Amino acid sequence: MRKLTVPISEETIRALQVGETVSLSGVIVTGRDAAHKYMIENFIHTNGQPPQSEREVYAALKEILGDGVLYHCGPVVKKEGNTWHFVAAGPTTSIREEPYEADVMEHFGIRAVIGKGGMGPKTLEACQRLGAVYLHAIGGAASLIAQSVKEVLAVHKLEFGVPEAFWVIRVEDFPAVVTMDSHGNSLHKQVVQQSEAQLAALLEK
Amino acid sequence: MQDLTDAFVELIRRASTQLPEDMQKALREAKAQEEPGSAAENALETILKNVALARQNSTPICQDTGTPIFEIYYPFGVSTRALAEQIRKACAIATERAYLRPNAVNPITGENSGNNTGEDFPTMHFHEWDKDELQVYLLLKGGGCENVSTQYKLPDTRLHAGRDLEGVRRVVLDAVHQAQGRGCAPGVLGIAIGGDRGASYIKSKQQLLRPLDDENPDPQLAEMEEELLEEGNQLGIGPMGFGGKTTLLGVKIGALHRVPASYFVSIAYMCWANRRASMRVSGEEITYA
Ligand code: SF4
Repeated sequence: MRKLTVPISEETIRALQVGETVSLSGVIVTGRDAAHKYMIENFIHTNGQPPQSEREVYAALKEILGDGVLYHCGPVVKKEGNTWHFVAAGPTTSIREEPYEADVMEHFGIRAVIGKGGMGPKTLEACQRLGAVYLHAIGGAASLIAQSVKEVLAVHKLEFGVPEAFWVIRVEDFPAVVTMDSHGNSLHKQVVQQSEAQLAALLEK
Repeated sequence: MQDLTDAFVELIRRASTQLPEDMQKALREAKAQEEPGSAAENALETILKNVALARQNSTPICQDTGTPIFEIYYPFGVSTRALAEQIRKACAIATERAYLRPNAVNPITGENSGNNTGEDFPTMHFHEWDKDELQVYLLLKGGGCENVSTQYKLPDTRLHAGRDLEGVRRVVLDAVHQAQGRGCAPGVLGIAIGGDRGASYIKSKQQLLRPLDDENPDPQLAEMEEELLEEGNQLGIGPMGFGGKTTLLGVKIGALHRVPASYFVSIAYMCWANRRASMRVSGEEITYA
């Protein structure tokens, strides 16, 4: 098991290979469908010149996402007094962000995207070009992952709804597996090919 | 019959927060089989830790608490309307207590009802039986695994699957391959052969309520369950699709009469979070399992 600490250097990322298990610590941010749409419209289509109203969020995201980590997650949260807690925080299916992720990664200098189910060729190419990886969290392990969330530091765009907002969190020993590395390898692709061959053999019988 | 709203809330709590012992045992055995230090072993370990934590804290095993499916066996004379009302009320209370995530979305307006009730939500099937007691089974069927569930119409030329058990075998293996890890493997398959499309899907989900170690009364289906479990695992998809020896933890098959023109095979894929619970009401006494 390899320990990763955010911010992560390109060198560290390039050393990772598919199939490796990692344990992640540091400050990361969640973002799913609404977040991606928002980032594309406000930051990427404007070439980094967001409308005045969005500048503050932009600055905050830039700071966290540079050499940072974006987590595809729609958490269940609880508010106690003035502080938020993560109750359940499993990954959501990543492939929905395939059209946007490569641009978002490039724009912010993201080093790792966490989610489940893997992503497609566009993101894989971006990982290779930019020096980034896709980390697969364990689907359904909501309680355990929530426990690795030690602190909620901020929330942006809460008006998108709790699952869709950007939650800035500090995690400790967040467990995941590298399934797309920066060398053009995708564990998902390998496993599909393998099971395809196995299926053909079984159906020959 | 007494008001059972509170009992239904407890049934939901148990289903959502406590993974059945047979599932846990299967996960532990699977972990022991995987390569030490592999991603597959690691995934199973994380899952087992998560299961223990959920039970200890009485929090949902997975944040997607799915579609609640109730199968209700009731004695002659009990009002199913009253039971349905109590079950709906219990779903709302369980949502308030965070045993269930608000999961009922109006498909037209996109609005979430916020309390897990809506048009035909939760799912309830009532069966009158000749016993003097009430037995209720609950399955929390997650969305991710529902999305990889599927139905085939035989013959299927692509898979050279004819209208016989060999044809069934071929489409089931294809379904497991198509699903990869996306249904949060390792999963359990509930399979129905025959029926019309609707009845077939319902029957396939009902199979998921069977304990992993029960024996199919039909010897041919019993044999097929074992064979498909073994062959499904030979595909090597592994936990979460990371590759490995464990892709399936169980296969359960039921059959329905069909019309001569149709031959359907329905495959209900259930994730490792196979959350099922049951309760029996006999007079004043309520027991859970
Ligand atoms: S498929 Fe099952 S374990 Fe995975 S996220 Fe859905 S409900 Fe949870």
